[in-house]
Amino acid sequence: MYVQKLATGIPGFDFISNGGLPKGRNTLITGTSGSAKTIFTVQFLAEGILQANENGVFITFEESPEDIRKNMHGLGWDIRKWESEGKWAFVDASPQIEGGVIIVGKFDLEGLLIRIKRAIDKVGAKRVSMDSLGAIFTQLSSIPIIRSELFRISVELKQMGVTSIMTAERTQEYGDISRYGVEEFVADNVIILRNVLEAEKRRRTLEILKFRGTNHQKGEYPFSVVPEKGIIVIPLSAIELKHKSSMVRISCGNDELDKMCGGGFFRDSIILVSGATGCGKTLMTTEFIAGGAKKDERCLLFAFEESSDQLFRNASGWSHDFEKMENEGKLRVVCTYPETTGLEEHLIRMKTEIDRFKPNRVAIDSLSALERISTIKGFREFVIDLTSFIKHQEIAGLFTATTPTLTGGTSVTETHISTITDSIILLRYVEMYGEMRRGITVLKMRGSAHNKDIREVTIDNHGMHIGKSFTNVSGILAGRPMQIPAGELDRINTLFTDEAK
Amino acid sequence: MKYILKLYISGKTENSQKAVENFQKLIRDLSARECEEEIIDIVENPEAAVENRILATPTLVKISPGKERRVVGDLSVRNQVLFGLDL
Repeated sequence: MYVQKLATGIPGFDFISNGGLPKGRNTLITGTSGSAKTIFTVQFLAEGILQANENGVFITFEESPEDIRKNMHGLGWDIRKWESEGKWAFVDASPQIEGGVIIVGKFDLEGLLIRIKRAIDKVGAKRVSMDSLGAIFTQLSSIPIIRSELFRISVELKQMGVTSIMTAERTQEYGDISRYGVEEFVADNVIILRNVLEAEKRRRTLEILKFRGTNHQKGEYPFSVVPEKGIIVIPLSAIELKHKSSMVRISCGNDELDKMCGGGFFRDSIILVSGATGCGKTLMTTEFIAGGAKKDERCLLFAFEESSDQLFRNASGWSHDFEKMENEGKLRVVCTYPETTGLEEHLIRMKTEIDRFKPNRVAIDSLSALERISTIKGFREFVIDLTSFIKHQEIAGLFTATTPTLTGGTSVTETHISTITDSIILLRYVEMYGEMRRGITVLKMRGSAHNKDIREVTIDNHGMHIGKSFTNVSGILAGRPMQIPAGELDRINTLFTDEAK
Repeated sequence: MKYILKLYISGKTENSQKAVENFQKLIRDLSARECEEEIIDIVENPEAAVENRILATPTLVKISPGKERRVVGDLSVRNQVLFGLDL
């Protein structure tokens, strides 16, 4: 007999748990204060009611039912309504007597058990949440009795066939599983919620520590708490590489660059454009969008560095009319300041925008602006998830990355995402004869031949023009251009042919 | 002022039976004053557990005199029971 799973309906969670929580069993959710334990327990019942038509019982040991109703309203859950519809029942075990109770001799938790059973019968519950066990230890300070009684309750719940979760506090993010060190023996399954401070940034993660008798994804997965939605788990490394690949080419909006790329970008590819400030990244983004709009495609632009007004003005400076595209429904520009929220929430917002607008092309200007609000690990996970999401939509994505130095150099963004992207285009300043010129090269073009020259770029009021290649110059990408005399070049060219003969 | 004491028990468990014995002894010793006592078995009357928010059994609840007080357990130590009930 194998353990069945109950799909919780919590976005992303069912994916990393390989189908949900073990059905008819008890799972312990543990985490430090503020790690979203209560939200998880409420959402477990809420998604049951909303998605699976499964009613729930909520046992509260800490907050009063009224506090929970109020606090959860902001996440879009109307508990009072569900109560009146007979879908939700509270068992209020929150402390009520001033000064607590005095313990004299042995006792059991029969009162609690009877109330839980009655509540389950009353609403025909399939899901039960208990929040939090720590509070019952402080109310009735006899650890051995509570431990054995919780075990008894857990057995009774199993016999009733309900799937239950209970929460417990931890004092540290990495250390003992729970404060009283007893709760984890009561539950078959343990999930840890973390809220770690890393390089001055909070990062929430969820880890399934154990599922007795059944499998799950291992390791920590980031999650975010989103207004009106609740917890959304981001199933990063569990993402499978199984998206389809298309051979259809699309225009990047610049004929000369299309030629360099061997006929344009692939329709479902991710392109990274890297360059120093002012060397043409935003222009390339603009042309990418204009090229799409010209073919009646829908384009979505996420801007993290410039305001919408600025972007529209820039575009008109290069003879592209963003306003017209927007009015025709071909363009949507979303401008956000990176610092407004955490990276996980940016990710969720961006996915929501893509889902809603259903674009053919997505551009992000610039991706590296998001670097500064996250840790390197968090950023990498963000890029992997976003890239995979865009690829699943079978649309093209163009990301820009700003290099820290004017000539040569790579950015953190590049180092972390270059293996994920299908194509990489470098824009570089070239210093020659006391003059700054711009160069472009297609570094990588997965699945296609491409031009390997470093060509000169000029920009005027019609946009970008790609000219001849920089011959007789080497060291452009390293940021140290050097002139090579023509004679030397001839010698290099014949170096290898001699041997072939 | 009259004493009002209620003892919540759960069936014939060892803890419940001990608590009933200790409770009855306590009532006898308090008999100098007027006393209204009640023993409620929540296995027979679960609604009482819901209404009075009983978590643990046995639970002794003092309604009067003074503020409401609760003592949980088999009531095996008289001094502690009286302290807990603030009597």
